[in-house]
Amino acid sequence: MTPVAIDSNTLITILAVLAPFFAAAVAPFLTRLMGHNAAWPLAIVPAGIFMHFAGYVPAVAEAQTFVAIRDWAPAYGINLSFYIDGLSTLFALLISGIGTFIILYAGGYMKGHAQQGRFFSFLFLFMGAMLGLVLGNNLITLFVFWELTSITSFLLIGFNHLKERSRRAAVQALVVTGGGGLLLLAGFILIITATGQIEMSALLRDPDVLKDHALYVPIFILILGGAFTKSAQFPFHFWLPNAMEAPTPVSAFLHSATMVKAGVYLLMRMHPLLGGTELWTTVLPLFGGITLLVGTILAVRQTDLKLMLAYTTVASLGLLVMLTGVSSERALEGAVLYLFAHSLFKGALFMVAGTIDHEAGTRDVTKLGGLRKAMPVTFAAACLAALSMSGLPPFIGFIAKEVLYYGTWGAPAAAMALTVTAVVGNALMLVIAAAVALKPFLGEKVKTPKEAHEGPLLLFSGPVVLSVAGLVAALATTATGFYLIGPMLSSLVGEPQEVKLVLIPPYINAPLILSVITIALGVALYTQLDRLRALIKGVLDAIGWGPDKGFDQVIAGLVTLSGAFTRLVQGGKMQTYMLATFVVIAASVLVPGYLGGGWPAMPDFPEYRFYEWSVFLIAVIGLIAVLIAKSRLTAIVSLGIQGFAVALIFMMFAAPDLAFTQLMVETLSVVILALVMTRLNLQPRDRRPWGAALATGVVSIGVGAGLALTLIAITQQPFDLRLSEFFTEYSYSLAFGRNIVNVILVDFRGIDTLGEIAVVCLTGLCVLALIRVRTRPDKEEEPEAGADTPAKKAEAR
Amino acid sequence: MRTIIFRTIAPYLAALMVLFSIFVLLRGHNEPGGGFIGGLIAASSLAIYGIACGVASVRRAIVFHPMAISGFGLFMGAAAGLLGLFYKQPFMTSQWWPIYLFGVEIKLSTPLIFDIGVYLVVVGAIGSIALALEERESD
Repeated sequence: MTPVAIDSNTLITILAVLAPFFAAAVAPFLTRLMGHNAAWPLAIVPAGIFMHFAGYVPAVAEAQTFVAIRDWAPAYGINLSFYIDGLSTLFALLISGIGTFIILYAGGYMKGHAQQGRFFSFLFLFMGAMLGLVLGNNLITLFVFWELTSITSFLLIGFNHLKERSRRAAVQALVVTGGGGLLLLAGFILIITATGQIEMSALLRDPDVLKDHALYVPIFILILGGAFTKSAQFPFHFWLPNAMEAPTPVSAFLHSATMVKAGVYLLMRMHPLLGGTELWTTVLPLFGGITLLVGTILAVRQTDLKLMLAYTTVASLGLLVMLTGVSSERALEGAVLYLFAHSLFKGALFMVAGTIDHEAGTRDVTKLGGLRKAMPVTFAAACLAALSMSGLPPFIGFIAKEVLYYGTWGAPAAAMALTVTAVVGNALMLVIAAAVALKPFLGEKVKTPKEAHEGPLLLFSGPVVLSVAGLVAALATTATGFYLIGPMLSSLVGEPQEVKLVLIPPYINAPLILSVITIALGVALYTQLDRLRALIKGVLDAIGWGPDKGFDQVIAGLVTLSGAFTRLVQGGKMQTYMLATFVVIAASVLVPGYLGGGWPAMPDFPEYRFYEWSVFLIAVIGLIAVLIAKSRLTAIVSLGIQGFAVALIFMMFAAPDLAFTQLMVETLSVVILALVMTRLNLQPRDRRPWGAALATGVVSIGVGAGLALTLIAITQQPFDLRLSEFFTEYSYSLAFGRNIVNVILVDFRGIDTLGEIAVVCLTGLCVLALIRVRTRPDKEEEPEAGADTPAKKAEAR
Repeated sequence: MRTIIFRTIAPYLAALMVLFSIFVLLRGHNEPGGGFIGGLIAASSLAIYGIACGVASVRRAIVFHPMAISGFGLFMGAAAGLLGLFYKQPFMTSQWWPIYLFGVEIKLSTPLIFDIGVYLVVVGAIGSIALALEERESD
């Protein structure tokens, strides 16, 4: 591994990553001023970021890497640190480069939309999150940005929040990717504990430490959980097509070039650390291959342009995962090339689909046709992009396909299965590419909801530039290989790699023959597209169930479960709550004493005076009166007698403050309880059956006896005088008060008291709210409990 | 409950109790008492006045909504803690400004403000509960 240099432009790099967030803050105001033309100045931001990272390309091509670090939460080893190597540079260039045109495109696409400023804002937030993700060096930094991409994509997918389908799709994406994010965090934490390293650059310096580690399998599963959900791998693929509810610029940006590739990015980033093991080369190709086939087959069924593209994106992600999983250098090179090619052509095609939708009013492929005269520029861009997607020369997609066939053909294991999967997948992709790029433009002119004409510069600049880039990158074979693909491959393999790309195969080899087979198969299938579509639809209808339905069932199940649980623990019966509370109290004071085996010895009774005995007697009489009272009101007042007697006891044993408070609390409790009682439509007498009364009696005795035993045990401990001495000594000298209790309350422990009065204040508010509840008569029991709380609270003091 | 004797005495009793509660509040720093107990006494006085003369007249007498009084008390408590910041000391550090009035030293201080805050919180919260419950009796 090459040495890591400290980035000499640390500050600028960090600013570049954070710049989209500033742009997000400015965008709404700028849009209010300039309307949709705000896209032009706003696009300068991603263009500037592109320039910044383009500046690293020559150095990175010479196998240098850079780290930019700023402290964030240094006590936890968390830094805001970014790592610039071949992998992150290419991703950063794709994000900022495609992002520039997406911003422009959004300017044209969302023209006149009331919330266009907000839309720009969300796009920029996402862009910043994505940049931070791919550049993140510190694992926690990476995770924070990872989560930010989930949240911002939630905002973007749900942008048309008045539509229920959008909201569902947004929540679904958030649940799936957010759940994966939690797995990822767990995986990162395991990595940190296993290696003691938190910076990716430090981990990569010693890449083999994890592969033989005892925690390898859990780490592998958790990281895969994060990557597979984010990159829509089977069986988590369903959220991505649903996310097509978002406006097209979002689909073009998030669901082709960037966010969904975050999972692939993660797998590639982790490849030197986790890759190459038997587990890796089995699981990844398996899931990737299934996703590739499922994605392409489902894509053929669709007639909506965006959905067709969405499913091929799923398929492409599957292909990337499969290739990353094969783990040989050639397969990885294929993955890198295909990722680069895919970002260019898929971004362009999504924008083309959006332009057609915007100009013709529909994106149903069966209702479109003959647009080539009306939209020549868009048609040209669509053709270039589709050729690249089909893997035809002389486009970057062709080179990618050659290399990836080379990779699967030479795969160490299951080469045949992988190759067949890849060929079938690519043939179906060709079918979709042709359907998206040719169907709407060729043939008879079909009447569309809107009279179609060419979109403005804002709309066609993106598709044109991206699709031409796919051609230029293929023609400039040497430069692409040296500056972009080689460095990225080096990051994946973990040591410097040289990539020599060839546009024209020097001799007829296996990949070339496979390419020919792919094209022949694709063309054959395209001619039978309608029949194929009907066939797949029939099979899927016969199955009738998919993960998308499963998601709804899981969510519905969760709601039912939590509903049942809530009804169980919050039945709304005061008696149950109180009983449960007191049982727990009794258990918590009795069980430790029972298990510890240490019941305290009965203390010796000192010589009490006559009047002391009589106060005790009053308390006992009060209690007996509670038990034998005929009406509830009498019981409450009798309880008051007992309380006053306790106050007297406090007074006699030199605790005047306590006695004072006890007296007031007792008075108020009796008054409030009496008021509540008269308001509740209770029978004046307690007419429960003997059994129930006995049960509460046992619990009461348990609580009482338990508390008494605890108190006895406490008083038998040697008394620690340090606090008493401290307060006695300093109460007057520091806080100028002779009443130690009060000084503690308002001075020494003032913040505690502040918290407590906040609680009292809030409790008052809540009780008031409960008393005011009139519509639900079954709630009326609750003020009693609430009214008790402040009194109980005060008693505790 | 509304006997003529009770109704005649209640206003005086309530007034005396409020006065006593303020006395208890102010002596609290050196003798038994303080904001908490004072607040409870004042709240009981409101309850008694309410039982005797009706909730409406209590609400008229205390002008503000009891919950507002409680909230203001909480605000005072927090603000008393903040005063120390002007002297570059941590939150809740006590400040003392003794003044001399008619030859007697009176210790104004942030703990005093804080204690008054506690008093108001308790009066307001407990008082509003009691009043709300009494009010429902007459609905």
